[in-house]
Amino acid sequence: MNDRDYSLIGPSSQRAAEQGLVAAEWYHADVPRKRMKQLMRRTDGPALRDTALWFGLLVAFGFGGGWFWGSWACVPFFIVYGVLYGSASDSRWHETGHGTAFRTSWLNDALYQVASFMNMKEATFWRWSHARHHTDTIIVGRDREIAAMRPPDLLRLVVNVVGLRDAYDTAVSVGRHATGRVTAEEATFIPDPERHKVYREARAWIVVYAVVIAAAIALHSLLPLMYVGLPTLYGRWLAAFFGVSQHAGLAENVLDHRLNARTIYMNPVSRFLYWNMNYHVEHHMFPMVPYHALPELHAEVADDLPTPYPSLFAAYREIVPTLWRQLHEPEYYVRRNLPAAARPFRPEMHQAVFEA
Amino acid sequence: MSAGEWTLACDAGDIDEEDVIRVDLAGRTLAIYRSPESTFHATDGICTHERADLADGLVMGDIIECPKHNGRFNYKTGEATRVPARISLGTYPVKVDGGQVFVKLD
Repeated sequence: MNDRDYSLIGPSSQRAAEQGLVAAEWYHADVPRKRMKQLMRRTDGPALRDTALWFGLLVAFGFGGGWFWGSWACVPFFIVYGVLYGSASDSRWHETGHGTAFRTSWLNDALYQVASFMNMKEATFWRWSHARHHTDTIIVGRDREIAAMRPPDLLRLVVNVVGLRDAYDTAVSVGRHATGRVTAEEATFIPDPERHKVYREARAWIVVYAVVIAAAIALHSLLPLMYVGLPTLYGRWLAAFFGVSQHAGLAENVLDHRLNARTIYMNPVSRFLYWNMNYHVEHHMFPMVPYHALPELHAEVADDLPTPYPSLFAAYREIVPTLWRQLHEPEYYVRRNLPAAARPFRPEMHQAVFEA
Repeated sequence: MSAGEWTLACDAGDIDEEDVIRVDLAGRTLAIYRSPESTFHATDGICTHERADLADGLVMGDIIECPKHNGRFNYKTGEATRVPARISLGTYPVKVDGGQVFVKLD
């Protein structure tokens, strides 16, 4: 099947529909209803605490960077500021997009707009894109959030360590949306009544960036851009490594997140920056469980899931050689094994891929 | 059973406060809710955004959140209150009699 194409309006899209892979029923581990209600329960406390800490660190390290601006001493401050701005914003964008970070709706919506801007993801556009990612996770021709396609575009993955390709794509996209247009692909997942929000947000972004660039010109200094705009690039690397690890090299066109997503154990600092999205199989199975309850959910369903990767490094020891092999052998992918106590993969749900 | 008649859906005790269950009646899937105030309500049981069983979702006050994409509805009015849900749910009259919950279908 070398004619795999990843556009949302091509032959793969049609084939996915014919194979029953569109908006299909996915596998879920069994969790008793009472326990699931406990896990889904929303509170404001954890996200208020984590958001206060996040913004506090941004202010502290941003102040240090500005204080030492003009000397090498500013570098470590901006390294940390960049990761907080350009990487940690990705998980905040993600969680508030699901509406699970806070119990209070307006807090989710407000942080979603801020984190979307910091993360270089247009808010309404990506809300709908991500809904599709959850409907048709790693279904070729349906999911536009497949980071590592087959064969993989290694150049894109490498330049995206500093967000360059995403920045270019976003700049083009913002320009298009600011002029009131969507592409044919975008029209497949952004409903018409929602598009005015996409256009309005794109215009607002242009105004904000214009103000920051004007400030840089007026001050004859890059400093304003070191705070807004550039950290999305120079601080992007950690989100890039986190993001690619979620699905790269695993099966496509299956209806079981145990086959196409990774759960990776991480240290507490990484889990703070990533808001526990290292429990990615669990998140996809139960997206209504807030980030702070994912470790508990993991404990609840661990016996039904493949063995987690012990570290991000361990995951990349699998991902890098897999992507390299897929350059010449795009049909190759990593098949995950289940523990003995787990419910088996249902072959009838994956006939399309296993027979390919 | 014909349309417009009160139809037994479940026992009141089948639903915890601030929770929801699925009931299949006359070829339809319904979601039957018990509010925090212990009032009972009924809506269509499948999310209007994409096929997902609302009975697997989370009830918060007057809101049901879909388990698939976190779209939200007011289950008392059926109104869609959070995208990706945009189309409101159908709602149905409910009465409780003798500890049993009855629904009047269209």
